[in-house]
Amino acid sequence: MLVAATIPDAITFAVAAVICLVGAIGVVVARNPVHSALMLVMTLFGVAVLFVEEDAQFLAAVQVIVYAGAIVVLFLFVIMLLGVDRSEVIAREPLPGQRPVAICLGILGLAEVLLLARDKWPTGASSVSNALGSPAGNVQLVGQSIFTTYLLAFEVTAALLVVAVVGAVVLARRPRHLGDDDPSPELTAAPDSESAGPEAEGLEPDDSDGVDDSEGASWVPDEPGDGEVSESEVTAP
Amino acid sequence: MSVSASWYLTLAALLFTIGAVGLLIRRNVLVMFMCVELMLNAANLTFVTFARKLNDVAGQTAVFFVLVVAAAEVVVGLGIIVSIYRRRPGATADDVHGLKG
Repeated sequence: MLVAATIPDAITFAVAAVICLVGAIGVVVARNPVHSALMLVMTLFGVAVLFVEEDAQFLAAVQVIVYAGAIVVLFLFVIMLLGVDRSEVIAREPLPGQRPVAICLGILGLAEVLLLARDKWPTGASSVSNALGSPAGNVQLVGQSIFTTYLLAFEVTAALLVVAVVGAVVLARRPRHLGDDDPSPELTAAPDSESAGPEAEGLEPDDSDGVDDSEGASWVPDEPGDGEVSESEVTAP
Repeated sequence: MSVSASWYLTLAALLFTIGAVGLLIRRNVLVMFMCVELMLNAANLTFVTFARKLNDVAGQTAVFFVLVVAAAEVVVGLGIIVSIYRRRPGATADDVHGLKG
């Protein structure tokens, strides 16, 4: 229990847990996606502290570098690139009754997990060859495990990363042949902004062939001006 | 002596629940994606906790692979989001009719 731990350990855990939970709740309730991303950084740091507390120093470093350093920066980059850093109207509920049902579902699942976690534990002999806490140190242990026992998985991971990079390039590339009469709208262009030409955006200089008068004709079939979050803000110039 | 594993697992369950509920109630695709990251972190915390409890480094190795897969997932997912937003600015997860093409 918490009282059985030494005082510094207990304090560290409590502080990190509070940081994690506050950050997680902040991710969910923040109206601005940028605030959500920053709250996510808070949670990730809290989890990194907990990793250190649990003798996973390598993972704590990787958590900070990869998650907080790379993934969240990628999130922020996309938020800024897309110009969606405006507040979302949270009050309006598109699906009536969805939120109470979702929260009840979450509480139900949480209660179930906590009930199970009270006395059900995996059993078995603790590991001999892979034991933690050898004098070699955590990094060497994890490295040995990755490059011996899980070498094949590591190689597959490399292939996965290559596939992900290629997929991201293919996805983020400008589609050239979306339609003969329909060059795809500019990144920040509203479907109903005929006045804003591609030169007014200045985001992608290779879009000199974009003619904005017919954009969105085949993509938005029924309501061209939907985007209730006001595209007029992004195309203000 | 360190804090017992039950507390870590409880915290991980709370984090996972918050992420799942956020995934259900938010409409912004980017925020939903962040909630997925929250759930992945909860799973990572569980892995590390069991690695300590069972005294086996394999749990930490699993977290390493989860991190790599999460990075790849974020790259591809954000690529998809960029390409959706490029066609339909201000799209949310409720605009299902956008799937009609």
